Amino acid sequence: MNSLYNFAVGPLAWAAFIILAVTAVWRLWSMYTLAKQKDASSVAYMSWKFSLRSIANWLIPYKSLGWKTNPVLTAVTFVFHICFVVLVIFVTPHQILLENAFGITYPTLPTAAADALTLIVIACCCYFVYRRVTNKTVRFVTRTNDWVSLGLVAAPFVTAILGSWGVGGEIMPLLHVLTAEALIVAIPFTRLAHILFALFTRAYIGSEFGGVRHCKDW
Amino acid sequence: MSIQDRKIEDEGLAYGVSKLTTDKIQQTFQALIDNETGAKLKAFSESCMRCGMCAEACHFFVSHGDDPSYSPVGKVSQTMTKLLANDGKVTPDDIYGMAQIAYTECNLCRRCVHYCPIGIDVAYIMTTIRRFCHKLGVTPQYIQDTAHSHSATMNQMWVKDDEWVDSLFWQEDEAREEFPNLRIPMDKEGADFYYSVIAPEPKFRTQLIYQAAAIMNEAGCDWTMPSMPGWDNSDMCMYSGDFEMMGRLKRQHFELAQKLKVSRIVMGECGHAFRSIYDNGNRWLGWKDYPVPVVHSIEFFAELFEQGRIKLTGKIQEPVTIHDPCNIIRGYGLMDKLRYVAHQLCDNIVEMYPNREHNYCCSAGGGVINCGPPFKKVRVEGNLAKANQLKATGAKICIAPCHNCHGGLEDVIHHYDLGIELKFLGDLIYELMEKPE
Repeated sequence: MNSLYNFAVGPLAWAAFIILAVTAVWRLWSMYTLAKQKDASSVAYMSWKFSLRSIANWLIPYKSLGWKTNPVLTAVTFVFHICFVVLVIFVTPHQILLENAFGITYPTLPTAAADALTLIVIACCCYFVYRRVTNKTVRFVTRTNDWVSLGLVAAPFVTAILGSWGVGGEIMPLLHVLTAEALIVAIPFTRLAHILFALFTRAYIGSEFGGVRHCKDW
Repeated sequence: MSIQDRKIEDEGLAYGVSKLTTDKIQQTFQALIDNETGAKLKAFSESCMRCGMCAEACHFFVSHGDDPSYSPVGKVSQTMTKLLANDGKVTPDDIYGMAQIAYTECNLCRRCVHYCPIGIDVAYIMTTIRRFCHKLGVTPQYIQDTAHSHSATMNQMWVKDDEWVDSLFWQEDEAREEFPNLRIPMDKEGADFYYSVIAPEPKFRTQLIYQAAAIMNEAGCDWTMPSMPGWDNSDMCMYSGDFEMMGRLKRQHFELAQKLKVSRIVMGECGHAFRSIYDNGNRWLGWKDYPVPVVHSIEFFAELFEQGRIKLTGKIQEPVTIHDPCNIIRGYGLMDKLRYVAHQLCDNIVEMYPNREHNYCCSAGGGVINCGPPFKKVRVEGNLAKANQLKATGAKICIAPCHNCHGGLEDVIHHYDLGIELKFLGDLIYELMEKPE
């Protein structure tokens, strides 16, 4: 079990990150070249000023019409994304892995806090599930890949908290690493690709609204 | 509900679909994806999280009892998502429904952009579906008729060249009774600007040409109206998906200005025509900027007031509300100028909410009203949201500086019995300005 775990956090993790890096760069690069080739009349209006203006305004909770109209989803979305990023970077085991690999040290979250944040992420995922089932519009447009993406995101957190509680013994940390690696590899090929593209689509529509339409897009 | 449960009979759609095969659909879709779409469609399609936040943005959705099949994402899901998932392998019957959604249940108003964290442009996706349907020959009969008219006459309403010139002479003649020195200078080379209108003006709103001539005359403008094709700035081809024609129309519109050696073009109170020059037509032609400067009537009137060139006898005292047309407000940011002009004319402006770039569409725009009577009910019932907005203001007059908005709002006002009078800015300026004794 131990050697499996070491393999998972060692070569397999490297493989996952390399696959992510290569495929993410490839996806972004091919999207960029495709945009230059086929969407030149849109790329022509791209502007740093309006891109950043749009991104900044959409990063403020309850600023846009969309955030205002969906208050609960807005809260859950912001909390989910913030906790996700904080946990990925600041849980002690992740820092230790980074230290072992690259010698990087920085302060980390106490276990209790990490557990709390993990539970919050899981609660957010539960809300996403609840909404996907109960909201008529969301149910109408939900396809298998939406469930797959949600499952991929939730799995590492569920296994993390179970592991922290000692459920499942040694298998749970291993499952945590494996599910996290599945998530990492899946990013460029699933709905999670919004991690790669959302900033650019936001920047694009911000540029359109700022430069062509002369009004705000939030 | 889905589009399959609400198909509306339309001769154009039925005829087009009757000639389709699954192979032809698939080949046409492949060609569309290979040759015409790119990263925009790909990124939008892949990044949409299906969160449904956009639903509340759409007047069709909120007015049809929150029916998910009318939500922006629901419309995308029944059209582009389905096509992409099946590599274009769908049935002719599916195409009928997709065409009905794209042409008659989306005004391309872009209100949903304000609701989407990812920044997905549903109007672009629906426009792409229309383009696809155009290439398949599946277009609603009425809008296709206007597109045919554009192709045959370079105007939208089958107005013949002599009828156009005749309409101008007629209006000049009529107006000279009220303004003895008035002229509608035709083909005047080197004038400050030429005034372009949409073809429905000579066809059935001819008094607007009279009013415009009166305003230009009293303001002492150095202007002209062209006798040659290109005078019609409208562009239903942009909405039917006939982009080749859209490009020809816009080119002609600008080349006419160059032929007349005018300094700029002033466009009448129309929304979609303006969209076709700043957003769609120019891009098709590969122009980032215009070859000749263009201003919308709102900007032009604001200029006349700023320069004190229009004298008014008084202002409207009763409550007046403002409808912000999507194509010039959310599309071009003229909300402050519109308010400046409106406040010059009215003492008691009551804003409707949401307003400015957040305003609800009239539900006629995007070529929806041009799809004709078969689809009127869905459009009017699909704008209860607008009726409620109008009602809440308590206003008796509504300013709407756009032809399509007039058409759509007239139907809404009539259907919901709101008792509100619709006005163009030109109507009010003409009504209030000083005239010769």
